[in-house]
Amino acid sequence: MRGAFVEELTRLAAYDKRVVVLTGDLGYTVLEKFHDLFPSRFYNVGVAEQNMVGVATGLAEAGYIPFVYSIATFASLRAYEFIRNGPVWHHLPVRIVGTGGGFEYGKEGLSHYALEDIGMMRMQPHLMVLSPADWQQAQTMLWKTWHLPQPIYYRVSKYETEPVPNLNGEFEVGRLQLIREGEKVLVLAMGDLARQAWYGAMKLKRENIAAGVGVVASVSPPPTKQLRELVKQFRLIVTLEAHYTTGGIGSLVAETIAETPARCRLIRLGLTRLPRIAIGNEEYMWHKHNFGVNDLVEVVTRWAKDAD
Amino acid sequence: MPGRKNEVRRIQVTGYQIRKIILEQSFRAQVGHIGSALSIADIVAAIYSSVLTQRRPGEKDRHRFILSKGHAALALYAALYLKGWIQKKELDSFCSDGTRLGVHPEIGLRGVDFSTGSLGHGLAMGAGAALGARLGHSKRKVVVLMSDAECNEGSTWETAMFAAHHKLANLVGIVDLNGQQAFGYTKDVLNLQGMAARWKQFGWETHSVDGHDQKALTKILRSVKTNFGKPHLLVAKTTFGKGVSFMENQIKWHYWPINQIEYKQALKEIRD
Repeated sequence: MRGAFVEELTRLAAYDKRVVVLTGDLGYTVLEKFHDLFPSRFYNVGVAEQNMVGVATGLAEAGYIPFVYSIATFASLRAYEFIRNGPVWHHLPVRIVGTGGGFEYGKEGLSHYALEDIGMMRMQPHLMVLSPADWQQAQTMLWKTWHLPQPIYYRVSKYETEPVPNLNGEFEVGRLQLIREGEKVLVLAMGDLARQAWYGAMKLKRENIAAGVGVVASVSPPPTKQLRELVKQFRLIVTLEAHYTTGGIGSLVAETIAETPARCRLIRLGLTRLPRIAIGNEEYMWHKHNFGVNDLVEVVTRWAKDAD
Repeated sequence: MPGRKNEVRRIQVTGYQIRKIILEQSFRAQVGHIGSALSIADIVAAIYSSVLTQRRPGEKDRHRFILSKGHAALALYAALYLKGWIQKKELDSFCSDGTRLGVHPEIGLRGVDFSTGSLGHGLAMGAGAALGARLGHSKRKVVVLMSDAECNEGSTWETAMFAAHHKLANLVGIVDLNGQQAFGYTKDVLNLQGMAARWKQFGWETHSVDGHDQKALTKILRSVKTNFGKPHLLVAKTTFGKGVSFMENQIKWHYWPINQIEYKQALKEIRD
């Protein structure tokens, strides 16, 4: 996905000279094309994320649209106060691009996991928080948002996997995308887990449960209007995210249910504690922390049995 | 050169006026950080006399000034007031409910381009502003005024490396070397001895100057080569609480507000 994202960014940079890329010494084999085409607008600032965001703030104040690039946890957590006091408080169009959210850097260990980035970013007013589910959506998202006046956090997957079925690269700020119709049960997923949600729904079909699937890519601004309708329409919503269940889309849906006259039940699948195992590939880690596709099928099946 | 003499005299008067406003406002609002503001009064006077000479705050290709040691904002507000960019009524609202003039400067106030308050943030934004000027082929300068204790922050040195590597000659940093921080003297908290040497080692062009000598400050600020070469760092040796005998080099005046008797005494001293 990040390859496609950078490809789109490179296209935009040809069109708009305000686009500048800063990297915290990451993105080897990904950012070279941008560098080759626009060497004067590409800066490897070294391993210094606070400075990177500070410099981006100054550049944005001077009229540029800087994209800062790093691994999601470094881009967000390490530079958090610089993001808040900088682009957020100054209302400047800095773009923070965090790659490899959740357990994507599964072999690297805890230091490389972004498990709370979305929650922390979502707490900042006016900071747009976007998490595309596949490369097509990432491109649409970038094309629709790069020029907006507010700061944006993009959580971009480092994997170049197949597109999510039925998503067709659709994206709109403040909207979610329903990619599968359902009755009673709806699975809302963020990022890479949208595909898992789709597989889960296929498995549930074999159990005669028609589960709908929605992709939440615009985490902030949230798809509030749609969510308010959906929590009235469905009896169970399951959220699925490679993130702590606090702060991410699980929290978002919980907040919506709490503020809407609806009797929808919510099950949040995601990380609920510090990872028990430090190392493992992404799918293994999801499974070991009880938010893999089998866990999704199991919680929904159990709920359906209880509901009967 | 009588013109030059007059100019120096004018800047000295500005320095005095800034001090007076610092005392008046901190007494009225019963807010501290007096010593930190007094130590930069002459530096701020020199910056506004030599670099930030534009008439209007929003001029397109204006030079940028970032008060990275935001807690000394009163000195900045005084300068903005003396420029006529903020009115007396607004100045008198310092630290009252609903004011735009808090202890630390915030954007939204005419003449403030960057909000500060969290130490170690200003230089990075300044480096971005300097890089932005270069990318846009502008000759504008960026002046960032830091405290010495701000050099405790790792982020300051991240930017020190970045600005030197990219030869941001249009970036002029000033360290207000008053030797004090909240809890004590810098030499006792984290020894910063050899400040100029540290920056020089990081690749900056350093200039040591008496931070109360406006003539020298103005001369350096005017003459530094900002079109090509290394970024500049002025190590401005200052006296914390400068001008008020009982405040000078006293730790308590980092936070302490001033009472009536002290206020009268202080006003008298800065006048003399």
